[in-house]
Amino acid sequence: MAIEVRIPTILRPYTGDAKTVEASGDSLAAVIDDLETRHPGLRERLLDDDGSLRRFVNIYVNDEDVRFMGGLEAPVSDGSSITILPAVAGGSADLG
Amino acid sequence: MLEIRADLVDAMVAHARADHPDEACGVIAGPVGSDRPVRFIPMVNAARSPTFYEFDSLDLLRLYRDMDDRDEEPVVIYHSHTATEAYPSRTDVSYASEPHAHYVLVSTRETGSEDGPYELRSYRIVDGQITEEEVRVVGVAPSTE
Repeated sequence: MAIEVRIPTILRPYTGDAKTVEASGDSLAAVIDDLETRHPGLRERLLDDDGSLRRFVNIYVNDEDVRFMGGLEAPVSDGSSITILPAVAGGSADLG
Repeated sequence: MLEIRADLVDAMVAHARADHPDEACGVIAGPVGSDRPVRFIPMVNAARSPTFYEFDSLDLLRLYRDMDDRDEEPVVIYHSHTATEAYPSRTDVSYASEPHAHYVLVSTRETGSEDGPYELRSYRIVDGQITEEEVRVVGVAPSTE
């Protein structure tokens, strides 16, 4: 199954500078596992030590935020498109 | 160094004043690789907070899709601090994820929503390292689109 994954600038060092890569899997978690075999190091930038999605990263399946689709359990299928974008956030409060 | 048109500086300051005491945020996009800020895009602070800003996740997706279609990238990412100086906080650094962007901070702590002196400074934030840079304000070119 081919799923197109759009990679943000900051993660392109892991994909040989490619803006889009292909992956397969029937859930977001499976796609991330597959991406890791092709582009080692990517997984750690998307998931924290507990294996949950990092707060600083937004992932969309077919333009829907996966946080509203079951997170890593979000279903994907052949022809789905996944977009990864770093959150744009900050502010004067020190979150520590 | 950040070279930027005076009207774009004015637009960022006006946005910061309008949203004071909450933090204002936005992007100035420009052609990929040009390092030239051209298109001013004020964003909604989804956090609506005086100490935090965050682009709404679907706004963020639309913004990047739109820039992609126009062969643009975020040349400037700006936000305001409303009670502290225009210097990146630890939070700003931990979220900074556009290695090619100029991170512009506007402080409205002196005058709030009113006219008057303001503080506007620009930084590169790469791998957790903050580097301040000169801001050179230039006139509006007569032939820009």
